[in-house]
Amino acid sequence: MANKVIYAVYEDPEQLKDGARKLVSNGIKVKDTWSPFPIHGIDPIIGVKRTRLAIAAFMYGITGTCLATLGMWYMNIFDWPMNIGGKPSMSYYQNVPAFIPVTFEFTILCAAHGMAITYMIRNKTLPGMPARNPDPRSTDDKFIIEVRTGDNHGHSAEAITSLLRETPVFEINERQY
Amino acid sequence: MHAEAAIREPLILGHKTYHDITNDIVGPIENKAPRGWYVLITIAGLIALYGVGCIMYLLSKGIGTWGLNKTVDWAWDITNFVWWVGIGHAGTLISAVLLLFRQKWRMAVNRSAEAMTIFAVIMAGTFPLIHMGRLWVGYWVFPLPNQYGSLWTNFNSPLLWDVFAISTYFSVSLVFWYIGLIPDFATIRDKVTKPGMKKFYSVLSFGWSGNAKAWTRFEEVSLVLAGVATPLVFSVHSVVSFDFATSVIPGWHTTIFPPYFVSGAVFSGFAMVQTLLLVMRKVMKLENYITVKHVEYMNIVIIVTGSIVGVAYITELFISWYSGVEYESYAFINRATGPYWWSYWAMMTCNVISPQVFWFRKLRRNLAFTFFMSIIVNIGMWFERFVIIVTSLHRDYLPSSWNMFHPTWMDVGTFLGTIGIFFTLYLLFARYFPVLALNEVKSILKVSGESYKKEAAKHHHH
Repeated sequence: MANKVIYAVYEDPEQLKDGARKLVSNGIKVKDTWSPFPIHGIDPIIGVKRTRLAIAAFMYGITGTCLATLGMWYMNIFDWPMNIGGKPSMSYYQNVPAFIPVTFEFTILCAAHGMAITYMIRNKTLPGMPARNPDPRSTDDKFIIEVRTGDNHGHSAEAITSLLRETPVFEINERQY
Repeated sequence: MHAEAAIREPLILGHKTYHDITNDIVGPIENKAPRGWYVLITIAGLIALYGVGCIMYLLSKGIGTWGLNKTVDWAWDITNFVWWVGIGHAGTLISAVLLLFRQKWRMAVNRSAEAMTIFAVIMAGTFPLIHMGRLWVGYWVFPLPNQYGSLWTNFNSPLLWDVFAISTYFSVSLVFWYIGLIPDFATIRDKVTKPGMKKFYSVLSFGWSGNAKAWTRFEEVSLVLAGVATPLVFSVHSVVSFDFATSVIPGWHTTIFPPYFVSGAVFSGFAMVQTLLLVMRKVMKLENYITVKHVEYMNIVIIVTGSIVGVAYITELFISWYSGVEYESYAFINRATGPYWWSYWAMMTCNVISPQVFWFRKLRRNLAFTFFMSIIVNIGMWFERFVIIVTSLHRDYLPSSWNMFHPTWMDVGTFLGTIGIFFTLYLLFARYFPVLALNEVKSILKVSGESYKKEAAKHHHH
């Protein structure tokens, strides 16, 4: 028997969550959900782990702080110290108040752009990528649960569908894959 | 799902479904633009072309074509720069600070406010660039290795801090804005039928699909970007104020400048948001999304920041006398009673006195009056920068070099030109981009939508 993918289409995020809970409590693995906006509280139900993007952003930020510090020390203190207005650049320690703004801005620059680039790559949203949502209505007003029979060997497509029928589902579509 | 108190005014009026929201925003993009749009973009485009012409002339002849002289060696150029940067503060404030404070009303206005921010910062950045006179060596502001030994940039200089502040602010705002736009471009991509448009929005949407993990990441990125953009907003105008505050010129050398500039920036930014949104909600029929309550909220921000600005003006005046420094005192006496008295009093009237009328609820909720006031505030804030810059410079320590500043047609042309370019960009945005954050507005529909709130209240009483 060929593997089937089942799309349960809902009209409301709360109804989708009910449907997902029903499936999960019956031991069925939900592959993914597709929605026009974030469904709050869906992640623990279908087992999506917390993203580590914030940690990445912190790392990028710290990298920015270090680069800015090193760069300004090298350029203004070590390589070419200047005496401007009788205030010579003698040591990093003496100059550091004047270096705070650039250190701050560069930290933000690296944190924000590093995080944004990581986000794009991890989400596979990059220029020229094709759309992968199963139904064009999922970016408009429909909330879709995706279940694959390949992930759920103990359950037939019919059993999954009849479970879904017990929830306020709008329509159910099946496809071979 | 969390419920909202019935006493709060709904943020989305009438009975809307998710699909209605999509149609209301994508419809105007799919259909032919109204005639008014063509009229406006023609006018804005002509002014923009005139501005580009002025800038070309300026670059070929040099900044001597501006009315600058030996005493007043900074005038409209830097006034316009600070004015535009200030306007560019509302967008990120709305999208970042109000996100952290979980203000739901921001969702209807953040997209267009951020667009306004980006275009305003582009206009601001234009002035330091053309002010260099030699645009082609503009990259010298960056610390690049060079053949002079290497002679690096001076990191002690506030002007260089400004380079970092403005470029960080611009690029981070742009990325923040675009990340929010991606899911909405996907909505347009999936809705439009014309093949050319479908292709166009497919490219812009970067293949967004909206699965569970993507949305989790989306929310995390929005939150963290808001977190880093919040101190950034405050730092940018602080750094702009350092351009003045760190120099030893009476009238500029004051420690109050950073908070005073930041609140002034938010004040003028919200005024510009009002100017644009009041027209846009009418032309694009967004009255159900950008409601009178939204306008009222923004007017409250205007009165708060306007009052902070007022306190700053008066503090500065008091300290100039209390400091006992006669040069400092003179700078302020000269502002209020010297040959530029009219600009000082225009500033005081527009920024301090007139916004106080918003204490009246009737006026806060009056759209025509709000539009009028937003223009007044825009004018007032331009005069604030003019007053700070020109009146502090025009009478320096040596009375024999006292001078007045007379703008030339090039001063006027470059300023008007940037207004034209700004409106051209904004009109293009309003025509081709989703002007509301669709994904965010949909997420509050069932909590803050009028019909849903009424429904919830009914269930509550029975």
